[in-house]
This record gives sequence, structure tokens and C-alpha cells, in this order.
Amino acid sequence: MNYFRFAFRNLRKKGVRSWLTLLGIFIGILAVVSLITLGNAMKVAVTSQFGAENTEIITIQAGGLQYGPPGSFVTNPLITEDVEAINKISSVEFAVGRNIKTGKLEYNDILGIGSAISIPEGYEKEIYEVIDDIEVEYGRLLESGDSGKVLLGHNFLDGETNGFEKDIVPGRTVLINDENFAVVGILKKKGSLLVDWTVYIYEDELNDLVGNEDTVDFIEAKIKSKDLMDKAEEEIEKLMRQRRDVDVGNEDFSVTTPEATLETVNSVLGAIQAFVIIIASISIFVGSIGIVNTMTTSVLERTKEIGIMKSIGATNSQIFSQFFIESGFLGLIGGIFGVLFGILIGYAGTLAINNWLGSDIGFQFDYILILFTLMGSFLIGAVAGITPAMQAAKKNPVEALHG
Amino acid sequence: MKKKGEKIIILKNVSKYYYMGENVVKAVDGIDITVKKGSFVAVMGPSGSGKSTAMNLVGSLDVPTYGHIFLDGENISEMDESDLAQLRGKHVGFIFQQFNLIPTLTVKENIMLPMSLQDIDEYEKEKRVMELLKKVDLLDRAKHYPNQISGGQQQRVAIARALANDPPVILADEPTGNLDTHTGEIVMDVLKSLNDEGKTIVMVTHSPELAKEYADIVYWLKDGKIEKITTKRSKSMKKVGKWKGD
Repeated sequence: MNYFRFAFRNLRKKGVRSWLTLLGIFIGILAVVSLITLGNAMKVAVTSQFGAENTEIITIQAGGLQYGPPGSFVTNPLITEDVEAINKISSVEFAVGRNIKTGKLEYNDILGIGSAISIPEGYEKEIYEVIDDIEVEYGRLLESGDSGKVLLGHNFLDGETNGFEKDIVPGRTVLINDENFAVVGILKKKGSLLVDWTVYIYEDELNDLVGNEDTVDFIEAKIKSKDLMDKAEEEIEKLMRQRRDVDVGNEDFSVTTPEATLETVNSVLGAIQAFVIIIASISIFVGSIGIVNTMTTSVLERTKEIGIMKSIGATNSQIFSQFFIESGFLGLIGGIFGVLFGILIGYAGTLAINNWLGSDIGFQFDYILILFTLMGSFLIGAVAGITPAMQAAKKNPVEALHG
Repeated sequence: MKKKGEKIIILKNVSKYYYMGENVVKAVDGIDITVKKGSFVAVMGPSGSGKSTAMNLVGSLDVPTYGHIFLDGENISEMDESDLAQLRGKHVGFIFQQFNLIPTLTVKENIMLPMSLQDIDEYEKEKRVMELLKKVDLLDRAKHYPNQISGGQQQRVAIARALANDPPVILADEPTGNLDTHTGEIVMDVLKSLNDEGKTIVMVTHSPELAKEYADIVYWLKDGKIEKITTKRSKSMKKVGKWKGD
């Protein structure tokens, strides 16, 4: 017999009370779908923020801090000699020292605060093409011999959003720590705050501006091939321990591979997702108890109907199937609404992340997740309905007929 | 098809006891009933006489505490619940005083339900349900729900449902009990015409007039025992009209 149509009929007649019991399943599924969707979007966003897609670059920082602002609270900073030493390691193709400094940035008589990143002279091509992977949108990149010139991230272009109330285009002059610099180019949008809001400037000029001599905030080393990553990481660590005279385990510096960065990000996101799944599980569990309650009431209310069904030839297993499937449908309906609203929240959240980071992440729509969620919600409903359905099936036809 | 005159229902020394604490309620106490194929049997008696219990036993809704029941040659007192349900679905059509339609299903779906429970294919079901709707003159009510039609119409739906799997036996428990006299007569005429078509009818009633007018043989029950059996020599020649209106 067509249990599905019959179940659908009965569900249509259900009261508000029955639908309210679906809130638990609804909220649980909503949490799962929206947060997994958002989690995936976050992964994409974070990956592009940290430039972790560039898998052959190792970053060395002083202080052992992994994500502290570069150069902050560092008592024993990296120096240019460290860069030269790392450059001599055989597995390293090249290494560059970088500085990121914050300072005054003035344009159109408006004073702001900006951060600038250094380009070591002679390594322009490596920085543009390998390390930072940047391209110019207007004007040109900094070239050897340029003096008193800067290259700006994409976000400085538009006067409506750059905070200076006037577009900054190549040829204009900006004041950095009260010194004049001519803008030679505006970069293409990268989707990373680090690049899009950064002033690119030659290392010597940046050092002059902030009074720095030979320290660097971090070192980026390009390794010759992906297979050499582990070896290079070990060699760099060993070299740095010798140079800084520290023992294994007491390092006052950090050597980070893109994989390690991704792992850290994933483990943080994983922890958040695990937490959400626990909350969602509790919600779904409470929801399934709601379904047990609804179905038990339903069996009691429909005792007479069960009697009628039996009198016209329904077997115990047919009665069981009817209530079992009806209960599954209850779960599925909760699941469908949960998925719909979950997708909505995931979508809105993705837009919010894009807005916040200035990134351009596509909505991470996961068909498999949705398919499994819907099947799961039907299953939860059906399992919750097992006991009530058995009660229904076991009813004595004569007694059931009398209500 | 079995020939008219064959024994279709046999109750041999059947008892049904209910145990309530230390008391034993003997709802049915050692009765023998034989129903011939194609006959119209009435079971009479005051309330509490055990007539409804007797009918539930005949219809395999209930199993006897003692004794044996044969329905269409099969000993139903030894069957399990699933076999009983299958047997009911194919061999017995129930008509109740309270109509007992499923409120969430339409007239048509209610009539189809016994066929669905027997896994009859869609085409056959559709064909059969149209015949039945025509037979009980409710074609124009096919898509209505039970609460949208009158009591008499509901009882006709119930009759159509009872006939869905073309069972040889129709069991009617006070079929006119909830209907006014006129509507009741229409329902009785349907039962009569079904009997004329060869269906075996067993009807429980407390109305001696109905029993006398329609039944070939009347079992009078009192306190779970058969008090007397009366038969009608000459069959009533009451004209069978078309049932319309109500």
C-alpha cells in the first residue's frame, strides 16, 4: 500500500502543537547546515588571507609567536645576516627579509594610519611573482632604481572607501611619515587585507622612515621543490637555533610552513564545528523526543482508526509501517525547513564574511551535506517513531475499535 | 465459488471469557452457529447478551477462549494475528453502527483502502472503486471527506468499503442503529440486494422487526448462550428499490 501518501494525509491534519515539536529537529539541522556552510567559507577565506595556497614558502619569525603582529614584543629580532645565512641553505631557492611597519599616511589633507611592507632591492620579481603573487591594475610595479616611489594596494584606489575622500591614482603624491612619495601603481584586488590595504615600498626607504637598521620582521624562504619542504624546515630550524644559541624546545623563533598554517586554521575551525555539532546533536535529540511524544499522542488519538484498519485487513506490520513512515516524515519536514533556513543563514554569513574581509568567496553549497542531512532527519523521525508504531501495531482490534 | 447451501461459517462450542480480576465474564458461553452460504442470518439479543462478541469472533477480529471457528473452510481459532488480518481482508467485509470511516481519507480512498492493504494494482483498484461508487450511488461524492456527507451516505461508503475485496461474507453490527427509519430502510435494502447477489450476511441487531423482515434464520442470544433459533420458511418478497436521497 502507499504508506507515503497516507502519511502525508495524516500530517496535513496535524495541529500546531505537533509542528511545534519539530522545532528541535529544525534548530539542530539549521545549526548543522549553516555552520558547516559557513565553516567551509571561513576555510576558503582564511586560506587566501594567509596566502597558504603558496605551498613552497616557509616563513620565519622571531619570538615564537605564530600570529602576533610581526615585530611586536620581540626582544631578539631577526637580522639581515639571518637572511643571508638562510639563503646559503642548499634546499632554499632564495630568502628575503621583510618588514611591516605602521606609520602616518596623509593624502588630500587627511591624515590616516597605514601599514607598509618592504621590498628588498634586487628581489622585485621574486616578491611580485612568487612570494606575494601580485599584479598591477593601474600604472606600474616598483622597478630597480625607483626612489621616493610607492605601490599601493587596491583598497586605496576608490575615494569613497579609502578614507581620503579622493581617488588615489598613479602619479599622485602621498605623505608617509611626512615624506613625499609618488604613487607609481595600484595593485589588482587580492582578497587579502594584508595586500589590499598595504603600501609597498623599497626596504631602504622604509628603514629610513622608521629608523630601522638591520632587523627584519620576518623572513620568507622559497624552497626549491615541494618534496624538500620537510628537509628545508628542519635545516632552517637547525641553523636558526645555532645562530641564536638556543636548544631544541626553547626556540625563540618560529618556522611556519603553509601546511602548518592550514592545519592550525583547520584545527580551530574543526573545534568550532565540533562544538556546534554537539549543540546540534542535543537539539536534535530533544527534537526526537518531541517526535516520540507527538507520535505516542497520535497513536492514542487514532486508536479507533487502528481498529478500523485492522478490521478491514491491515496486518500488524502494515500498521507499524504506517506510523513508522509518518514519523519519518515528521522528521523530514523539520529537516527540510532546517536545511532551507540553514542555507539562507550560510548564504547571508558568506556575504558578511566577504563584506568584512573584502574577499570574494563563492557560497559553499554542499549537496552531499544536504542530501545526508535530509536522509538523516527522516531516519531520526522514523527511529523516534519505532516505539509508538509498535504500540499501534500491537493493539487488539476489538478494544481498538471501541476507542 | 462455493455452491449456495454450503456451510461457510461454523462455530463449534465457542466460548469467549474475559477475566477481570477474580471475576470471569462469560461474554459468549458455548454457542454453536452454522451459517450457510448465501443466507441472511440475524443475531438478536439485548445489550450484554454477547451478540457483538459473537460477531467479532465470526469476523476473526477476536479469537475464542474455547472452541473452534471455521470461516470458509479455514480454522481461524488457530491462526496468528497476521494471518487473521489477511483472512479478514479477503473473506469478510465489516459494516459498523458507527460507520467507522477514516476521517482523513476521501470517500474514494476509504473504499480503496482494503484493496491497498491487499496490494491490488492501481488499475484494478481504480476500476473496482468506480464500480462500487456506482453501486452505492455515490459517484458524485467520491472526493468528499466523511464529515462532508450525511450519515446514510457514510454508511453506504462503509458498505462499498466492505465489498472492496469482494468477500463472500458481510458482517453488519447494528448497521441501522445510527440512522433514521427511512435511511435505515435504504441501507437494509442494500444489504438485501447483496444477499440476493449471493453474499452471506450476518447482522447483529436488537430490532426484532428488522430480523423478522430480512433474515432467513435468527439466533436469539441471552447471557452468552443461544436462547432460541427461529427460521423463516418463505423468503420475504419485499421489493428492492434503488436507494437514493437521504
